[in-house]
Amino acid sequence: MGDQAEALLERVRAARAEGRPLCPRGTGGKSHLGRPVDGEVLDTLGHSGVVHYDPSELVVTARAGTRVSELIATLAEQDQMLPFEPPLFGGDASVGGMVASGLAGPRRPWAGSVRDFVLGTRVITGEGQHLRFGGEVMKNVAGYDLSRLMAGSFGCLGLITEVSFKVLPRPRASRSLQLRLTGDQARDNILGWRRRGLPLSAACHGGGLLRLRLEGNQGSVEAAAREIDGEPLADEHYWDKLRDHRLPFFDGGKPLWRLSLPPATPVLELPGTLLSDWGGAQRWLKSDTDADTLRQLAASAGGSATRFSGEEPEDAPFHPLPAALLRYHQTLKARLDPERIFNPGRLYADL
Amino acid sequence: MHYDERLDGPLPEVDKAALLTRLRRDLPDLHLLHRREDLTPYECDGLSAYRTVPMLVALPATLEQVQALMRIASEEGVPVVARGAGTGLSGGALPLEKGILLVMARFNRILEIDAEAGTARVQPGVRNLAISQAAAPYGLYYAPDPSSQIACSIGGNVAENAGGVHCLKYGLTVHNLLKLEIVTVDGECLTLGSDALDTPGFDLMALFTGSEGMLGIVTEITVKLLPAPPRAKVLLASFDSVENAGQAVADIIAAGVIPGGLEMMDNLALCAAEDFARAGYPRDAAAILLCELDGVESDVDEDCQRVRAVMENAGATDIRQARDDAERQRFWAGRKAAFPAVGRISPDYYCMDGTIPKRELPKVLAGIEALSREYHLRVANVFHAGDGNMHPLILFDANDEDQLHRAEELGGRILELCVAVGGSITGEHGVGREKINQMCSQFDADEITCFHAVKAAFDPQRLLNPGKNIPTLNRCAEFGAMHIHRGELPFPELERF
Repeated sequence: MGDQAEALLERVRAARAEGRPLCPRGTGGKSHLGRPVDGEVLDTLGHSGVVHYDPSELVVTARAGTRVSELIATLAEQDQMLPFEPPLFGGDASVGGMVASGLAGPRRPWAGSVRDFVLGTRVITGEGQHLRFGGEVMKNVAGYDLSRLMAGSFGCLGLITEVSFKVLPRPRASRSLQLRLTGDQARDNILGWRRRGLPLSAACHGGGLLRLRLEGNQGSVEAAAREIDGEPLADEHYWDKLRDHRLPFFDGGKPLWRLSLPPATPVLELPGTLLSDWGGAQRWLKSDTDADTLRQLAASAGGSATRFSGEEPEDAPFHPLPAALLRYHQTLKARLDPERIFNPGRLYADL
Repeated sequence: MHYDERLDGPLPEVDKAALLTRLRRDLPDLHLLHRREDLTPYECDGLSAYRTVPMLVALPATLEQVQALMRIASEEGVPVVARGAGTGLSGGALPLEKGILLVMARFNRILEIDAEAGTARVQPGVRNLAISQAAAPYGLYYAPDPSSQIACSIGGNVAENAGGVHCLKYGLTVHNLLKLEIVTVDGECLTLGSDALDTPGFDLMALFTGSEGMLGIVTEITVKLLPAPPRAKVLLASFDSVENAGQAVADIIAAGVIPGGLEMMDNLALCAAEDFARAGYPRDAAAILLCELDGVESDVDEDCQRVRAVMENAGATDIRQARDDAERQRFWAGRKAAFPAVGRISPDYYCMDGTIPKRELPKVLAGIEALSREYHLRVANVFHAGDGNMHPLILFDANDEDQLHRAEELGGRILELCVAVGGSITGEHGVGREKINQMCSQFDADEITCFHAVKAAFDPQRLLNPGKNIPTLNRCAEFGAMHIHRGELPFPELERF
């Protein structure tokens, strides 16, 4: 526990000198994501702790190895939260892994993504230096925004050692409902409620049932609940289970695909079993169908398809990039990590 | 603050006549300006103290022209400075004597409003406010509203990651974008982001937002539109000290309320605004807070009561709630007119843009007051209190060489004060040319070298907007005397406040 930045820096410098790739790792709950990397595991969990938290500034800074569950508990004591509702696969996550994966939970379409709440980072670069970007203020446009670039980079651009987040007050009221609707009806209703500014904070459709969460002040939540007129959601832990993939839907079997689609995308004819989260913008699909077919389906709707998990390893789990874009990814990686020590190949074989 | 090849790096020598001949031959339809009298109107942006007449001005109207122009510029080694509406306050669009000024004003079409998805696809030259106007019939609007919103272009907003008075609740430009189409330095067209909520690969859209035209040219933008809040109420609270006003800000946030807007003005600023806009501000207050609460009626009423109680506890001497929409507009009109209002009480003013942790406000205001006395220049303070973004306005007379010099130096000292308390030299105006030296205060040499590495990934010849945003290490060495290392307080005198 505590500040182990110096030890991490030493590890990176040694790896750099010897040209040995490193795989940064926190709790390991997302280690199945991406391509396998042939490298030495760099455990960040020792480098942990909330460095600074000032509730009236709405800012918290934590070291990369801090358990997300701990961070959430610290914020909850002050009635605050990480609005993007990060998944805790396998029960927990580390702050570094949460940012590096960029994955967000059911509240994402309404509250924003991980990177939307990143204000600053400290990063050990491929040059073996410990640098600081951004900071603990809401608005900061000095220099390039390397902090937000780190979110979702899967550790390929440097080792995140510390992150500052914007946090928000927890909503005063929350109600969850369920309605029996087809996929098309669910879509149309969600779009209508959104246009009318109803305080939705989660919407997931599957098995002919639309589950909704309303969050805000008492008055708006009650009014919206009356207007929507659904039954109370039976399972009070539903949203946490959805977030952490603990619903029966996610149990074993066929490979799990994640389709990220424009929010108003109609119901698609997808081969497999479907759970449609984020009001339809994130669709979980259990399917044996080949990658190309699924990717074509997602791409023609303006989105992408990622293979999230499955028994057999997959050589290209992430949706491929257009050639020109991949080239710029490679150049950027080469400039920031010239010795290719950070998770080489984790996102794409040539990156 | 002209480009200085000794400090900012050598620029290629370009034969203007030969370049003009080639551009006319290869791009006969491209609108070009090259005569001195046509170029002069483009010599500065919103930071009019800095002026340089560009070598050429290009006003492309199509994506193909931008691509072809960039290809030629790359081949010929000509620097290119992109410009939107030219309202920027940090000299980000200051031209180069040896460069082309690429003016995106003709990219002025709103291509599509998708009311169902809540998005607008627009060209970069479209004015910020025009997007909200076009979306209004659908009950939607574009949230970021910099005070220049009637004139500033959305392309410039992306380049600067522009903010406004509603950032605490609705975010900056970067939070309200879905997709960018950009042209690289060698004329390649890339799409960053997508219509979906996330996109495979690195978040290059976030990297490009706020990159000040240093990494590529933005040619199309898809923004998010939000449903217009059905209700908005404004409270105007007076305080007899800035400390009490600052305390009220912290307490409002601590009470779990996120106002749509939360603005503070000090006495000098509020009196100037009152004289100019007749907003109904109390001239005897040391500071006022404007707090706007927006959303569904019942929530707004609930939060209004909560905020009122908090303000009373923090020592507000008077609290007024706008009775109707007209009064609400009037309360805001004073704030929105604060800059021109200050312009009336002084021949010139210099607008700063530092951010600080809110808790440091009393200390920083005391520091600014001390600096104001030291430099014998008045400073009016306008503050986006909710998100810690200060706009101290330094009053001076540009005709007096010494005053101009003192104003610039005072501005630099204020920014260094912001960095010293853990803030930033720029919250929303950008570094541009103006704050290029202060970058050496906020970042150390290794961090600046890392920024150069990012730049080199997209623009290895450094042709895009050279001399802006990121200083060379030479420049930082030259200004080493003012270099502050983070954590070491460079203002030992601070303790006296």
